Amino acid sequence: MSLEISVVALGILVLLADLWLPAERKRALGYAAAAALALLFLNTFTSHCSCAATGEAFGGMFIQDGLAVFFKRFFLLAAVLVLILAVEFADRIAAGISEYYSLIVFALAGMLFAASSNDFAMLFVSIELITITFYVLTSFTRGKVAALESGVKYLILGALSSAFMIYGIALVWGTTGKFNFSELAMVSPNFVENKLFLFGVLFILVGLGFKIAAFPFQMWTPDVYQGAPAPTTAFLAIGSKAAGFVLLLRFLFGAIPSVTAHWDKLLIVVSAITILYGNLCAIPQRNLKRLLGYSSIAHAGYLLLGVAALNAAGQSAVLYYLSGYLFTTLAAFAVIVIVMRHLDSEDISGLAGLHQRSPLLAATLTLAMVSLAGIPPLAGFFGKFLLLTAIIEQGATNHGYYCLAFTALVGVVISFYYYFGVIKAIYFGKSANDASPITMSLPMKAVVCVCIAGMFWLGLMPSSVLKLANEAVAVLK
Amino acid sequence: MTTLTLIFALPLLAAIVLAFVPRSFAVIMRAVAVGVTFVTMLLGILMFWQFNGAAAEANGYKFVSTIPWLGAESLGIACKFGVDGLNVGLVLMGAIVAFAAACCSFEIKTREKEFYILLLVMTGGILGAFMSTDLFFFYFFHELALVPTFIMIGVWGRGERKNFATFQITIYLSIGALLALIGLIALYLQLPADVRTFDIPTLTKYFAENTMAKSAQMFIFPLLLLGFGILVSLWPFHSWAALGYGSAPSATAMLHAGVLKKFGLYGLIRIAIPFCPEVAQSHLQLIAWLALGNVLYVGWVAMKQKNLNLLIGNSSVAHMGMIFLGIASLNLIGVTGAVVIMIAHGFLAALTFGLSGYIYNQTGTLEMSELGGLAKKLRFIGVAFVMAAMAGCGLPGFLNFVGEVSVFFGAWQVPALRTVTVLAVWGALIIGAVYMLRAVRAVFHGPAQENRTYATNATDANLWRKLPYALLIASLLVFGFFPRLLTDKIKPVTEQIVNMATVKSAPPATSGTVVMVESK
Repeated sequence: MSLEISVVALGILVLLADLWLPAERKRALGYAAAAALALLFLNTFTSHCSCAATGEAFGGMFIQDGLAVFFKRFFLLAAVLVLILAVEFADRIAAGISEYYSLIVFALAGMLFAASSNDFAMLFVSIELITITFYVLTSFTRGKVAALESGVKYLILGALSSAFMIYGIALVWGTTGKFNFSELAMVSPNFVENKLFLFGVLFILVGLGFKIAAFPFQMWTPDVYQGAPAPTTAFLAIGSKAAGFVLLLRFLFGAIPSVTAHWDKLLIVVSAITILYGNLCAIPQRNLKRLLGYSSIAHAGYLLLGVAALNAAGQSAVLYYLSGYLFTTLAAFAVIVIVMRHLDSEDISGLAGLHQRSPLLAATLTLAMVSLAGIPPLAGFFGKFLLLTAIIEQGATNHGYYCLAFTALVGVVISFYYYFGVIKAIYFGKSANDASPITMSLPMKAVVCVCIAGMFWLGLMPSSVLKLANEAVAVLK
Repeated sequence: MTTLTLIFALPLLAAIVLAFVPRSFAVIMRAVAVGVTFVTMLLGILMFWQFNGAAAEANGYKFVSTIPWLGAESLGIACKFGVDGLNVGLVLMGAIVAFAAACCSFEIKTREKEFYILLLVMTGGILGAFMSTDLFFFYFFHELALVPTFIMIGVWGRGERKNFATFQITIYLSIGALLALIGLIALYLQLPADVRTFDIPTLTKYFAENTMAKSAQMFIFPLLLLGFGILVSLWPFHSWAALGYGSAPSATAMLHAGVLKKFGLYGLIRIAIPFCPEVAQSHLQLIAWLALGNVLYVGWVAMKQKNLNLLIGNSSVAHMGMIFLGIASLNLIGVTGAVVIMIAHGFLAALTFGLSGYIYNQTGTLEMSELGGLAKKLRFIGVAFVMAAMAGCGLPGFLNFVGEVSVFFGAWQVPALRTVTVLAVWGALIIGAVYMLRAVRAVFHGPAQENRTYATNATDANLWRKLPYALLIASLLVFGFFPRLLTDKIKPVTEQIVNMATVKSAPPATSGTVVMVESK
C-alpha cells in the first residue's frame, strides 16, 4: 500500500510545486517526477518494500500478490519512460505542463490500484481513475482540433463502456450478492446456468474489452492514438492496455473461473477477429500514430491468444508479451516524439532520410518495427512464440485453437507489409528537404537505449522475466 | 569460443561492428564483409578437416558447444551447436558460398552499408541454423537469415517485377516458415510436460523409444511437409522461387538458393521423417509424385524461359525434385544421395547465380534474345558457365553426378517408385540438358550482337573476380572426384535416420545398399 500512497503523494507534490516554481523551471519538474518514480521502481526489487509482502487490505478489496507486483513494476517502468517523453514533448504543450505530469502520475496510481484490485468496487474505481485522467491527457494540446476530437471520442465511448460495466457489475452483484472476487469464485459455479449472471459477466467484459481495444470495442483506438499527444498515446498503448489485461486476467481467472472455462469459443473468436481487423486495417495507413493504433489492436488480439488458451502457459505468455511490448512501443513513440516535432501530419514519409539525420533513432524505430512484427532476435518473437505454444498446447482438446493459431499466423504475415513499409520509409524513402542532424537530450538517449536493450534482452535471454511471469500467474486459477 | 560458435558468431558480430562505421567508408564495409566471410570459410574447412578425428558425444554430435546465457531453461531451450555427418557438409558448403557471395557483391553500388550488414546477418543466420542442435534456435536462426532476404530483394533487386517478386517471396516464405513453426511447437508439446525440451538429440532419443501417437503424427507431419516444402519450393508451391531469384541481387540469390533453401530439406530429413515415421511413410508416394512435378513440370517451364536468370531459377527448382525423390526413397543410398545433392546444388546454384550476375553487370540485360557470342569477350566466364551447365546436367566428375546417381539407385530399389524414377531420370537427363545447353548456346555462342554496347565494352573477370567462381567449381570437382569425403560422413547418420523412420515397416535391404555406396 505504501507504494500507492507514495505515488498519489508524488502527484499532489507535483501539483503543489507548480505553484511556487518559476515558469522556466517547470519543464524540469518532469525529470524530478521520473526520478522519484524510478527510485520507487528500484525499491520494488529490494527486500524492505511492501511489495515483498503478500496479503490483503480493506476487507479483501486490495490484494498484494505476485501478479500485482509484476504489473506494478511494469507500470512504474512505463511511467518513468513516458514522463521523460513528456518532458521532451513539453514545448508543444501551450500551458499547464505540470498538470500534464501530475495527470500521468495519477493515471499511474490508477493502474497500480488496478493491479491490486480484487473487488468490483476497486476494479471500477481504478478503471475510472485511469480513464478520466486519460480523457484530459488525450486532449491536452487543446489548440489542435484532432486532439479535441480524440478526447471527445474517448470520452463518449469510454463513458458508454463504463455504463455497460457498471450495469454488468450490478447484475452480477444482484444475482450472487458478492462483490469480492475470491468470494465470487466460490459461488460462481452455482450460477453458470443463470442468464442474468452471464449477461452481467458479458457486460463487464465489454468494459474491459474497451480498455484493451479488442474487437468489437476497438473503434476509438485509431482516432484517439492519432489525435492525442504522443506521450499520452504511448501511455495509453502500454499502461492502459496492460491495466485492462491485468483486470481481465483477475476477473476471468480469479473471479469466475468456472464460467471462463466454458467461454473458450467466445475468446477464440474475439481474439481471431481482433488480430485480423487490426492487421488488415493497418495496411493502408500513412499516419504513423494511426498505424500504431491499428497495430495496437492487432497486438491486443495476440495478447488475447494467451487469455483464450485458458492455461498458465498462456497467462504467463501474456505477461511476457506485454513486457516486450512495453519496450517496443516506447521505442517507437520515443522516435515519434523527437522526429515528428516539426511535422503536423505525422506521415510516414516524414521519416525519409532519418538514417542520415540520426542513425540511432533510425535503428531504434527499425528495431521496434522488427520486434512488433515478431522477428528474431527481438522481444516480439519470443512473446509470439510463447503465445503460440500456449495455444497449440490446448489444440489437442479443442481444434478451434489450431484455427486460432493459423489466424495468428496469417496476421503476422500481413503485418510484415506495413511494418516493413515503415522501415522502407526510413532507409529508402525519397529524402525530404530537411536533412539537418537531430539532436537528442541525454535522458531521451537513455530512454532509447533502455528500450533497445530491453528488446534484445527479452528476445535473447528470456529466462529471468519468464520466471517472474510464471511466478506471477501462479496465483491465478 | 569454439570453432563452431565462431563460424556463426563472427559474421553476426561483424554486422554489429559495421553498424557503427560511417557510411562513407564503403570500401571498409566491403573489406570487412569479404574478410570475415573468408575467415568463416577457413574455419569451416578446418572444422571439416578435423571432423573425423574429433571426439563425438554419445549422441553422435561433434564440436558440441553451448552459449549458456541464451535461451530459457524452463522451456527446455538452450543455445547448443554441434555437427554430425548430416550437417558438417552443409556448414562447409554454406561457409564457402557465403565467401563467394561476399566476393560477388561488387555489383552493389548504392547503400553498401545496409547491404553488407544484411549479408553478414544472413550468413550468420544460415550457418547458425544448420549448426544448431536446438529446435528453437534452428528456427530462430533461419528466420534471422530469411528476413534480410526479403529486404535485399526489395531494395537492391533488379527488373521491372521486383516489387511483385518481393511480396510474393515474403508471403510464401513467411507462411512456410510459420507453418513449420507451428509444426515444431506441436512436436515439442508431444513430450510429457516435465521433460519437454527443444534439444534435437534428446528429442530423437525420445521419439526413437516412444513412437508418437498416430493422431499427432497425422497433424504434425503434413504441417512440417507443407511448411518445409514451401521453403524448398516443392511443386506446386514453387512459383516464388524463379521470379524471386531472378529479381534478387546475385549475393542474395546465391545464399538463398544455395544454402538457406536447404533448411527445409534438412528439417525434413533431420526432424519430420524420423519423428513421424508412420505418417511419413504413407506420404512417401505423394512426395515422390510432387518431386516429379518439380523435375518435369518446372523443367519444362525452364525450357520455355527467355530470361537467363529465370531459367537458372527454374532449373534450381527442378533440381529440388531430385532431392525430394531421394528423401522419398527412404533408404540409405537414396537419402545419402539426397544429402549429397543438397551440398552439390548449393555450390552449383551459387555458381550459376554468381555468373549470371556478372553477365548482367557487363551487359545490362539477361534476355537471351539480346545476348550472344559472349564467349569471345568473357572467356573465363564462358568456360565457367559451360562447366556449371555440365554439372547441372549431371556430368560425371562433378559432385551432382554422385548425388543424382545415388538417388536414382536408391529410388529404383523401391518398387512403388519405379515409374517416378524412370520419368525423373528422363527429366533430369534430357530436359536438364536441353535447357542448360540452349542457354549456353544463346548466351555464349553464335554471333555477338554487334549493335549492343556490351559487344565492345564487356570485359572478362580479372583474377580477383575469378576467385569465387573458381572456388565453387573447384569444390564441385574435388568432392565430385572424392565423394567419400562426404558420403563416409553422411552415411552413419542417414543410416540411423532411415532405421528410425522404417522401423515399423518391413526392414529395408540395408546391407545391399551399404555395399553399393562403398563400392563407388
